[in-house]
Amino acid sequence: MGPVATSIAALFDRRGWLMIGGFILVIFAVVPLLRLAVPSASPLHLSDYYVLLFGKIMCYAMVALAMDLIWGYAGILSLGHGLFFALGGYSMGMYLMREIGTEGQYRSHMPDFMVFLDWKDFPWYWAGTEYFIVALCKILLVPGLLAFIFGWFAFRSRIKGVYFSIITQALTYAFMLLFFRNNTGFGGNNGFTDFKRILGFSLAHPGTRISVFVVTGLFLVLTLLLCRYIVTSKYGRVLAAIRDAESRTMFSGYNTRDYKLFVWTLSAVLCGIAGALYVPQVGIINPSEMSPANSIEIAIWVAVGGRGTLVGALVGAGVVNGAKSYLTVAWPDFWLYFLGALFVIVTLFLPKGVIGWRRGEFR
Amino acid sequence: MSTVVADADLDGGAVATGMSHLVAADQIDISHGVILYLDSVTVSFDGFRALNELSFSIDAGELRCVIGPNGAGKTTMMDVITGKTNLDSGSVFLGQTIDLTQRTEYEIARLGIGRKFQKPSVFEYHSVFENLELAMDGPKGVWSTLLHRRGSEQEDRIHEMLKRITLAERMNEPAGLLSHGQKQWLEIGMLLMQAPKILLLDEPAAGMSDEETERTAELFLSLEGQHSLIVVEHDMDFVASLQRKVTVLHEGSVLAEGSMESVQNDERVIEVYLGR
Repeated sequence: MGPVATSIAALFDRRGWLMIGGFILVIFAVVPLLRLAVPSASPLHLSDYYVLLFGKIMCYAMVALAMDLIWGYAGILSLGHGLFFALGGYSMGMYLMREIGTEGQYRSHMPDFMVFLDWKDFPWYWAGTEYFIVALCKILLVPGLLAFIFGWFAFRSRIKGVYFSIITQALTYAFMLLFFRNNTGFGGNNGFTDFKRILGFSLAHPGTRISVFVVTGLFLVLTLLLCRYIVTSKYGRVLAAIRDAESRTMFSGYNTRDYKLFVWTLSAVLCGIAGALYVPQVGIINPSEMSPANSIEIAIWVAVGGRGTLVGALVGAGVVNGAKSYLTVAWPDFWLYFLGALFVIVTLFLPKGVIGWRRGEFR
Repeated sequence: MSTVVADADLDGGAVATGMSHLVAADQIDISHGVILYLDSVTVSFDGFRALNELSFSIDAGELRCVIGPNGAGKTTMMDVITGKTNLDSGSVFLGQTIDLTQRTEYEIARLGIGRKFQKPSVFEYHSVFENLELAMDGPKGVWSTLLHRRGSEQEDRIHEMLKRITLAERMNEPAGLLSHGQKQWLEIGMLLMQAPKILLLDEPAAGMSDEETERTAELFLSLEGQHSLIVVEHDMDFVASLQRKVTVLHEGSVLAEGSMESVQNDERVIEVYLGR
C-alpha cells in the first residue's frame, strides 16, 4: 500500500486535498444532517429542491470532467457526450421500470408503455433488466462499447477536429430519433418515469434520496481522483502531446490511435455512470437528453470553467447550471440568450475560462 | 525494441546453417553492411511523380547528405521511409529482413528510425525535460504509460542529454519558449533519446546561427558510427563542412552521388541548380 498511498497523496497539493476533504464533509455529513435531522420548520432545513439541484449538478460535474479529459487534454471535442450520459441513464431507467412491479397504472408486471403498445412479452434486450447487477454492467458496457466501436472506426480513419465533432453530433441526433420511436422499446418520447423504488427502497423516502445523493458525491470524488491520476501520469503527458503535435508523438513511437481510443471510451463510461446516478434523482429519462443542444451545453460548461484543468470543468458545471436553475425560474425567456452570450464572452475574452482568468491569463 | 544483429551475433541457439537471414522478428539484420534500402520507389500525387523509381541505400553507421532543388522529392523520401506516405511501387527495407512498407509510423519509430521535421516539431506546452522523457525509448503502450514510474536511471539519461544539447538550465521551461535553434537541438535530443538506428534529419541547420551550425555539424559527426544519419539540407556550406558522401535528388530520382567536390563539378548537377 505504501507506494500506492504516496502516489495518491501526490495527486493534489495541500490546498486541493483540503478542498476535497471539505467537499466530502459537506456531502457525507452536512447535507444529510440538514436534510434529515434538522426539523423542516427550521431555517437551516435543506429542502428536497436543493438536494436535487445539488445532486444534479454533481452528475453534470462528472460529465464535465469526462469532457475535459477528452477535450482539454486530448484535444478531441465531442458534441455527442449527452448520448453516453443518456445511455447510462436508460440502463438505470430500465432497472427502475422493472422495480415498479405491478404498481403501474395498468397494474401489469410490464411497464405501462408496453401495455399501452399491447406488447405481451418483453423484447429480448429487456432480459435480465430486473437485476440491479445487470443494470450496473450495462451502465458501464453500453456507453463504453458504443464509444469503443465508434472511436475505433473514427480514429482509425484519422477523423479529427471539426469533422469528428460533427459526426458525434450526428450520432447523438440519430440515437435521439431512434429513441423517440415507440417501437424501439424505450418508452418513446415519454421515456421512463414514475419510478417507485431502487433496491427495494422507496424513491419518495428522503433517506433513499439522500443515499443516492451521497453515492453521487462519492462517485464525483472518485472520478476527480481518477481523472487527476490520468492527466498527471505519463499517459496524460502523451495525451497532451497528441493534442499539441500528433505526428511528432507518432514518430516518437506512440500508437496515438490506442491512446485516443482509451481516453474516449473511458470518458463515455464516466458519462454513463453520471447518467445512471442522475435518473433516480430526477425521476425521469427521455430522448431529449440526447438532443444535440444538450451535448453542446456540456462543452460550454467546460469552456466557461477552463479547459485542461479539471477544476475548471467542476467550476463551469457548477456556475452554468447554478445560473441556469436560477434564471430559468426568474427569467425563463432569458436563459438561452444568457447561455449564448456567456459562450461568446468566454470565447472572446476568457479563452482559458474562469480558471485561467483567476490565474491572470487574459487574452 | 530492436537490436542490431551482425553476423557474429548469430551463434549458439540459432542454427544459421546456410540461412544468413535467420534473425528474430524486429531485429535489424545488417549482415551485408547496409541498414536501409530503397528500391525503385515510386510515389505520385494526382499524377505528379514525387518519387520516380528512386533507389539508394545507406550503410550501417554512415552519415549521408541528401541535397536537391525544391520539389526533388527529399521530404517525400522521408515520408516513405517513416511510413507517412504509401508508395505506388517499389520496396523499402530496414536491414535485410524488415519491410517498412508494411509498418505504421509508430512501429517504424519503435524499430529505430527517428525523424526530425523541417519545421522544428517539439511539444511546446511540455517542459524541455518532459519532451525528452516522452521521446525516450521504453514501453510505449497505453497501460505501461498509465502505470509508469520514472526511474533514477531514466532521469540520469535525460539529464545527460540535457547537458549534451546544452539545455540543462532550461529543463523546466515550456519548450515553446526556446529559440528556433534551441528547438532544433531539442528535437535532435528527442531523436537521440529514442536510441534510433537511423536518424532522418530534415534541414537540421535551418534558422541556426553560424556557431550553432558548426556545433550541429560536430554533433552529427560524433554520432556517425553508432547511428546512421541521413541529412537533408539546403545549406551547401553545412553539407560541405560535413565532408561525407552526397546524394543529389532531382525530379524524384538520384541524379548524382559521390563526394561534395565531385557532385559540385557534375555538369548535370550544375545544370539543375543553376541552369534553365
